Amino acid sequence: MNAKKRRRLYFAAALIGAGAVLAVAIVYQLGNNVLYFYSPSDIVAKHVEPGIAFRIGGLVEKASVHHGAGADVRFVVTDGARAVPVNFEGVLPALFREGQGVVATGALDGSGTFNASEVLAKHDEKYMPPELVAALKRQGRWKEGE
Amino acid sequence: MLGELGQLALCFALGLSLVMAVAGLLGARSGAPNELARSIASASTMGMMVFVVLAFGALLAAFVASDFSIAAVANNSHTLKPLIYKITGVWGNHEGSMLLWVLVLSLYAGAVAALGRGGPRLTSAALGVQGLLAAAFILFILFTSNPFLRLDPAPFEGAGLNPLLQDPGLAIHPPMLYAGYVGLSASFSYAAAALIVGEAGWARAARPFMLIAWIALTCGIALGSWWAYYELGWGGFWFWDPVENASLMPWLIATALLHSALATEKSGAFRTWTLLLAIGGFSLSLIGTFLVRSGVLSSVHAFASDPTRGFFIMVLILVAIGGALGLFAWRAPTLQGGASFETVSRESALLLNNVFLVGACAAVFVGTLYPLALDAMTGQKISVGPPYYALTFAPIFLALLLLVPFGPKLGWRRGDLKASFHALLPALGVAGVAVMAVLAIASPRFITGMLAFAVAGWLIGASILDFLRRKGARASAFAAALAHAGLGVTLMGVAGTTLWRSEALDVVGPGETMRVGPYTLRFDGVTQVQGPNFQATQAQLALMDGGRVVTVLRPEKRVYPAEGQETADTAIRTTGLRDLYLALGDDRGNGRWTVRAYVSPLAPFIWLGALVMAAGGFLSLWGRLRVKLRAPSPAAQPAE
Repeated sequence: MNAKKRRRLYFAAALIGAGAVLAVAIVYQLGNNVLYFYSPSDIVAKHVEPGIAFRIGGLVEKASVHHGAGADVRFVVTDGARAVPVNFEGVLPALFREGQGVVATGALDGSGTFNASEVLAKHDEKYMPPELVAALKRQGRWKEGE
Repeated sequence: MLGELGQLALCFALGLSLVMAVAGLLGARSGAPNELARSIASASTMGMMVFVVLAFGALLAAFVASDFSIAAVANNSHTLKPLIYKITGVWGNHEGSMLLWVLVLSLYAGAVAALGRGGPRLTSAALGVQGLLAAAFILFILFTSNPFLRLDPAPFEGAGLNPLLQDPGLAIHPPMLYAGYVGLSASFSYAAAALIVGEAGWARAARPFMLIAWIALTCGIALGSWWAYYELGWGGFWFWDPVENASLMPWLIATALLHSALATEKSGAFRTWTLLLAIGGFSLSLIGTFLVRSGVLSSVHAFASDPTRGFFIMVLILVAIGGALGLFAWRAPTLQGGASFETVSRESALLLNNVFLVGACAAVFVGTLYPLALDAMTGQKISVGPPYYALTFAPIFLALLLLVPFGPKLGWRRGDLKASFHALLPALGVAGVAVMAVLAIASPRFITGMLAFAVAGWLIGASILDFLRRKGARASAFAAALAHAGLGVTLMGVAGTTLWRSEALDVVGPGETMRVGPYTLRFDGVTQVQGPNFQATQAQLALMDGGRVVTVLRPEKRVYPAEGQETADTAIRTTGLRDLYLALGDDRGNGRWTVRAYVSPLAPFIWLGALVMAAGGFLSLWGRLRVKLRAPSPAAQPAE
């Protein structure tokens, strides 16, 4: 009977140990794998280092979209105060427009250009990502009902 | 007229749900005088269900008739929309989808009243709790999201429905998902009722509802993922989007609940734990509803947001979860203690299953809610992407799958690990064959790929062994084996698609070719095509075999004038083992277009596996219902 109890104790201890390992792994991975959201002004204010992945959000500057020879495309993201050039190789989303909101995931290179691996535009006319709305509001570029 | 009718029906339903709550809870007490209360609870449940069906029918009729004097119709429909999208437009908006939620809730309540097999006090208390939930959600609809609000003057034309939602896959995705989400309310109500009444047999009574909810949730999630795959044009099937996570979390807990409840039912183990899972599963459904409906998330699912709605749902969640947990803390200690079992036993295996499933759910929960918490506390905007889930969720789930085959091999109370392992040796052989196949066919050779296929082979092999061992048994005996085999099939699909996908992104002019994986495609230009309510630019890409055209694929870009929006529609050709997937990109002038192409090995397996899992659930459900229809005999116990 005693041996049985001891075995159960080991079993419970193993479970608790596994839970602890899991909790540590979750917290550790969370620390390493979050993407921050910055507007062009944030990038300057917070001295974002090249090579660190993050998401950038703002408006696509008018007349800034240029296609290269292949599927690469360059455009400028602005929040009214600051502007950041963006490089992207891929298909732009259907609702990507000059003068409209955009969110891109990627990292800065040494020259201050943002190399995007993914570009998201508004899902539809009514909807904009909340982070983007907040960033535009900070720069006074957000009009209700836009 | 329809608006007033719907509104009135909803008010009646509210009144009856309050009657349900009071009579149901009174009927939970023992004694003959309470029999009347039980009858009233049962009758008012049926009445409530009828009135909610009426209200939903009224909204449906208003959408079909394009009655633009109703705001929800005017904002989300259009006369030119095909009939099917007029119908699905009913739940393609916040107000209508909340009415659908209440409709599903009332249908489950009606099913509990009509078919519930627990004791009369248990059923009555469950109806009481279900009535409270219905009343809360109907109040939510009437005060913050009334689908019957009028517009005066009525516009001549509606604003249309988001074209992304005008899709057959998405037409049935929300009702399916809700049947799962809200279906967990039945388990929740039964668990709360068991705590109120002190009845231990609730798990058996609630099981059919658990199974239906789990099947619906499995299918709903699979449909959503399939839709994202073919509609969004990125070739992916799961994005760890918070809204996807909001549906995955209840599924993980519902899966844990199905297993834990089995142990409770068969051997009396984990009594309190099973109650907690039933409460937790529906709580996560409520949290999911809050996340999706309050507009705190960036997602296609977040309809126009309104802070009062978020606040109302938040209060509702706190009351429901807090109340249930309070009831649990107060009453659970009075329930009889669980039965004992050996360290090596079916119960231990189910316990491990639960630990891993809850652990996986915890990883998803933290990844989903941490950004929201950080934003609320510091204003810092972050997002948690796929790498986090690949390093937390994936290993936990893979470890779980590794252990799955042992469960059905171990005996209740006392199992023999060595004998089980010997019995499973042929499955190990199947795993070996799967790894060999990867080594022979796949390139490059990923360690993760071999691991995934080894686990998939192990799962499917063990299921085949189970089939052979039980040959000649009733169909329901194969439920677990089928569901577990489905996991293996999905795992192969996930591994194949994520590890061995090839991708090409080219700008092509007429007559030019592009290569992706083993395929050569010739671009034959674009044509304009007129759809019922859209104008499409359709590209022709000929799949070539030498100089011969095998088939022509036609990816499109559509413009919806009513909604003023564009969507991209992919073209997919599948061999069953491999998908060729094309999406049309930008017009680059001079007849040249950007085309994105993927070759996704085993992609169809992802959804095929989910179907197999759901089929396993159906077999189990069928076994239950059949046992109920026949005179119960000891031999008719379903041997899951």
